[in-house]
Amino acid sequence: MKSLGGLQTTASRPRRFSPWLFLLIPAAAAVPLIPYATEVSHFAVSMFMQAVTYAIAVLGMVVVLGYTGQINLAQAAFFGFGAYGVALGTVSYGLPFWVSLGMGIGVAAIAGGILGLTTLRLGGHYLAMITISFQQIFDLVAVNWIAFTHGPDGIAGIPRPSLFGHELADDRAYLLLCTLVLYGLIALVWWLPQTRLGRAMRGVRENELAAEVTGVHTLRVKVTAFTLCAALGGTGGGLYAGGFAYISPDNFNFTRAVEFLSMVLLGGAQSPFGGVLGTTLLILLPEWLKEMPPSLQFIKDVYLAIYGLAVILIMVFMPEGLWGLLRNGWMKLRSPIPVDTSNIPQLDLDIAVTETTPLLKLEGLQKFFGGLRAVDGIDLEIGRGTVHALIGPNGSGKTTMLNVVNGIYKPTGGRIIIDGQDVSQKTPHERAGHGLGRTFQNIRLFAAMSALENVIVGAQRKNNPIEPGRAALRTRAMSALQFVGLAYKADTIVRSLPYGHQRLVEIARALAGHPKLLLLDEPAAGLNQTEKMELVELLRRLRSGHGLTIFLIDHDMGLVEKVSDRITVLNFGKKIAEGAPQEVLRHPEVIAAYLGVGPANGAA
Amino acid sequence: METLANNFQVLFQGLALGSIYALVALGFVLIIRATNVVNFAQGDFAMLGAYMMVACLVGAGLPYWLSFVLALIGMGVFGILFNYGVYYPLRHRGFLPVIISTLGASIFLQNTVLAIFGAQPKRLDNVIQGGVQIGSVFLDSQYLVILAVTMVMVAFQYFLFEHTLVGKKLQATSQDKDMARLLGIPVALMIAITFIYSAALGGLAGVLVGPVLFVSIGMGSIIALKAFAATIIGGFGDVKGAIVGGIFIGVIESFAAYYISVPYKDAYAFMMLFLVLVFRPQGFFGEKVSEKA
Repeated sequence: MKSLGGLQTTASRPRRFSPWLFLLIPAAAAVPLIPYATEVSHFAVSMFMQAVTYAIAVLGMVVVLGYTGQINLAQAAFFGFGAYGVALGTVSYGLPFWVSLGMGIGVAAIAGGILGLTTLRLGGHYLAMITISFQQIFDLVAVNWIAFTHGPDGIAGIPRPSLFGHELADDRAYLLLCTLVLYGLIALVWWLPQTRLGRAMRGVRENELAAEVTGVHTLRVKVTAFTLCAALGGTGGGLYAGGFAYISPDNFNFTRAVEFLSMVLLGGAQSPFGGVLGTTLLILLPEWLKEMPPSLQFIKDVYLAIYGLAVILIMVFMPEGLWGLLRNGWMKLRSPIPVDTSNIPQLDLDIAVTETTPLLKLEGLQKFFGGLRAVDGIDLEIGRGTVHALIGPNGSGKTTMLNVVNGIYKPTGGRIIIDGQDVSQKTPHERAGHGLGRTFQNIRLFAAMSALENVIVGAQRKNNPIEPGRAALRTRAMSALQFVGLAYKADTIVRSLPYGHQRLVEIARALAGHPKLLLLDEPAAGLNQTEKMELVELLRRLRSGHGLTIFLIDHDMGLVEKVSDRITVLNFGKKIAEGAPQEVLRHPEVIAAYLGVGPANGAA
Repeated sequence: METLANNFQVLFQGLALGSIYALVALGFVLIIRATNVVNFAQGDFAMLGAYMMVACLVGAGLPYWLSFVLALIGMGVFGILFNYGVYYPLRHRGFLPVIISTLGASIFLQNTVLAIFGAQPKRLDNVIQGGVQIGSVFLDSQYLVILAVTMVMVAFQYFLFEHTLVGKKLQATSQDKDMARLLGIPVALMIAITFIYSAALGGLAGVLVGPVLFVSIGMGSIIALKAFAATIIGGFGDVKGAIVGGIFIGVIESFAAYYISVPYKDAYAFMMLFLVLVFRPQGFFGEKVSEKA
């Protein structure tokens, strides 16, 4: 399976204490202290400063590209907002450093948010082009609005801040501060994937539609990621301005944005450590090139061409970057810890059936695509706690109808009422918040995430009646996996699960959200006979007295007959029959629709 | 009377520049339709074409028309290389890797050309010297050539797509690759043809605009951004939209530069783009946006 954006991705697995930390932490702590211990050239310190401030901006790229799967080619502009904030605030308006920095970051974040709001609805290509355009406009304004930005000459004499009464005029002290900020932000970005927001981001990256349907407010998640990315860019830029005391527009042009992109791709966009690694390497690279023997000196002249070529080669041969390579190697050496399946509470699926009104009511539902009437005026009522099947020949409008009920398509006409509420104009994630769960005909899972993480995304939908907190989410997800019999596979990346198991994980993901209404789009498609029997068993367990209402599509009439209370038959977008399984499947018009006109015994 | 003439002059210039954007935008749209991805090196196709022209005409001292043909053939060959080097290895991996890969190609091309030809912009002469004087309005011959060639290319493309078998196959490929494959259409070949044609089209735009803008390393990126803005403003992936969008941007840009401010000339297209995205994200001719997943 490939993810929507298509960037190769790995899961973040549950973390355990790693011996690497023993090495990493002291090394990291030692690095900013080196200039204190030994004599270091001014040049080396400024390279160091560059690496640290760039790395902060690259962390933003990790969030937006690595975690959320959205491209940003304007990170240099956001970096610039931070830098100009500090430079203009301190030099032109005499504000304190920290106030100026805050303003720079704020402006960067607001710009990122606005840019995201206008374009993130539209997706990949737009985003790439719009961010480039934005980057170009930033450059034009920085160069041409001389009265404000000082134009191409740039701004000099940017002061350093003081902290708790200590002046940070000394390069070493300022560098120490920047490094500490970087470490703090690395920790933050490292921790992010384990949070609700982080899981939602990765869900968006892996399968945006599935995330939306599972209850993730995908637009908000993307805009948040973009805002965060811009804020990190601004932070890096602000510290950069303080570090170098001078900035000019060429520090923030498109070439720089491409550098940020290359850094994150080379190092590995999935991890903050990858981002930092890539930044360090690409900052050191030109220095290494200078050391080359004269016969290889020509490389210096085509340095940027090599850069471009490297980007292509990384995409083709090393899509997870260097850190991804290291990590995959390391993962192979480790033996997986078996999942603890003891003490998993029973999955609570109970829905109180107190009313007798139908749970789902469709009134004159229509969905037209141009002249094609895919769903043409359907009235339907589904009783609480029942299993209702929708059947019909291929192209009769079944999946379209499910997509309209679900909110993926807006109806052309008619109303959809779930539990007494008209949801016709609501988005899929809002409907998920009303207790609507669903699976897809062609499985849509978050391929690079573990089974458990997939199901947790389902559990974290809005209004899910569970206790707040991470532990409850995890427990709920484990219960759902246990219910479908896959708790022991909780830590397995779903991409590597067999097809039948993937179907079950998708059902578990929907169940974890404690739905009132579960939509199953061809749950038996692609399953073998044994798996189908298991599915029938599972569906029977689902309907036995929990109050859960199920609306399903399938072509396997045997299965449909076994599990459904009622069946609706569609043909050419219209309802041609409805009733109990036995009578409907023998209805002459139904048989005609499936087999053509003429006498026949069954309709499978 | 004077202002009317000026306005006409500005309009004429805008139409010609807009035609260039439209040509590059056409190349964009063809590749978008064939592969569902945006080729970020499309503008550099124009740059490369112009430099090939410079190499043949100025460097090797070949006659104009021979240089012209060689540059276009060179671009066609380059289109094949581009297809197999930049797109093909990533074709199953979704749009993000391909976008990034074409971006890498763009950087590679610009800097390779820079290493070969140096940073000094090159001059290309007009195809035909002089121009036409109508009252106080002067119609530069190169602008007239650009307009004429654009019209011919649009007509040619219409003929190619609507009235030839190859065109039908290309259309089928762009609409549904799997179905096209089942029908026996060699999809990989169709995509290769698309790249060849777009590269040649981009090169043609570069050769045409060379005398107007100077031939420089960065000429492609700025044209590409506007061409892309044109494809969005016209309607993503819509051929008619690309042409109308390109000309629209060229005209707006000319007038804004004349009446408002020259330094921000390149920003107007982007501003139009933002406005369109906020108020009519599907563009002039596009349907409601839904990207193919």
